[in-house]
Amino acid sequence: MIQPLLFAQSKGMVSIKGSRYIPLYGRDSTVVEVKNFEIDIYPVTNADFVSFVKKYPKWQKSKVIKLFADKSYLTNWKNDLQLKDSEKPDSPVTYISWFAAKDYCECQGKRLPTIDEWEYVAMADETTKDARVKASYNKQILAWYEAPRSNENKIGEHPKNVWGVHDLHGLVWEWTLDFNSVLITGESRKDGDKDSNLFCGSAAVNATDLMNYAAFMRYAIRGSLKAKYSMKNLGFRCVKDSDLK
Amino acid sequence: MKFLKYIAIVLIVVLSVLSCNSGNKSKDNTSEVYQCPMQCEGDKIYDETGNCPVCKMDLALVENNLKTVDDGSISEASIFNLTSNWHTEEGKTIQLENLKGKTLVMVMIYTSCKAACPRLVADMRNIEAQIPDEKIKNIQFVMVSIDPETDTPEKLKAFAKENVMDDDQWTFLQGSVSGVREFANVLSVKYKEISPVDFSHSNIISIFNSQGELIHQQEGLGVNNKETIETILKITP
Repeated sequence: MIQPLLFAQSKGMVSIKGSRYIPLYGRDSTVVEVKNFEIDIYPVTNADFVSFVKKYPKWQKSKVIKLFADKSYLTNWKNDLQLKDSEKPDSPVTYISWFAAKDYCECQGKRLPTIDEWEYVAMADETTKDARVKASYNKQILAWYEAPRSNENKIGEHPKNVWGVHDLHGLVWEWTLDFNSVLITGESRKDGDKDSNLFCGSAAVNATDLMNYAAFMRYAIRGSLKAKYSMKNLGFRCVKDSDLK
Repeated sequence: MKFLKYIAIVLIVVLSVLSCNSGNKSKDNTSEVYQCPMQCEGDKIYDETGNCPVCKMDLALVENNLKTVDDGSISEASIFNLTSNWHTEEGKTIQLENLKGKTLVMVMIYTSCKAACPRLVADMRNIEAQIPDEKIKNIQFVMVSIDPETDTPEKLKAFAKENVMDDDQWTFLQGSVSGVREFANVLSVKYKEISPVDFSHSNIISIFNSQGELIHQQEGLGVNNKETIETILKITP
């Protein structure tokens, strides 16, 4: 079921045809343009990351420097090279800092997706490129958001979306290249506490429709992150610029 | 109701993320002690890095202990661990480590900014003006562009001249898009391109010791810079 797709543009990736769309929060909250790019079909897995740290020891749990990761980095690993017995190799990797995710992608000749790119691919459902107006799309995302410990599930168990991409919703939230551009409450770290108030409280509950609510959750959590944080339900996948013009 | 349940879970996750951060400790130097840079709780010290429970600022290494890293190598928390290349306004290519040895006063700006950056530039100049001459040679004031595509070394040089910031103690840096994003993340500066010529961004002036460790951050525009100056004087020979 989750064999690599050899016929994709690059191995394990699919091509996304760019376009203009209106994200929940964008440049001026208006239309943004997304260029053609390729995206990983699945989030990066535990097994992928094991191979990575074997090759790049600076990202091993005991070697990573504190500029780049907090102490919960890879906390679900037994040691530098092994997951805890409770973890599955084909679950998405989590407890990863932005620095580690960024370097992982760059070492594969890829990069992290921008928020706009990520949201663009993630607004599709199984049949429609922009499914945000469908009640079913939003209900499904919110049901996933409610499911406990979804990060422990395997990749690829949810149906792929119309682009052929799996698990954008339903397993883990994902790092984006420019997560630090979310300025929902104004700006800066002093808003740290306000972010969590906003995130957990009134503003979100008052969102007028489900589309805004689900997307709001993602923007809010991005705004509350620092690059060295690592958390249980935050993984990543990579993209690269497309050769197709 | 479903939402409330979810919100509760999120609250727990967010709190645990925040608390994890406060438990971050040095692996190899147990003698380090930390203090709130604002000294909100007087002289109270902490054994671990984290946030001040009162003002929420990052705790800073207490000065006496900084000497422990004066052996040529750099610590885990040093920004000199960043290896991206930067261009100066003089057209030189450097890495941040080339700035080692001086106290660094750093801010992120962009030259076409009309709103906040002139204030930030003024704040930087104001800080510089309050430092005694004999210390200036041990301090580098660094302006990092968040718009590296526009702010070429030539443009930065012109900006430096225009703002009378062309002396040796001033350095302007142009990085790669990815290098700038990474640097901003180390400073916890947020920025966002809001149109082809405008960025919104946090207004933070950061002080690093000569080993590249973050000691103090001043946040906001035109704020009282007393603490910032005291910090600089304290850590600069």
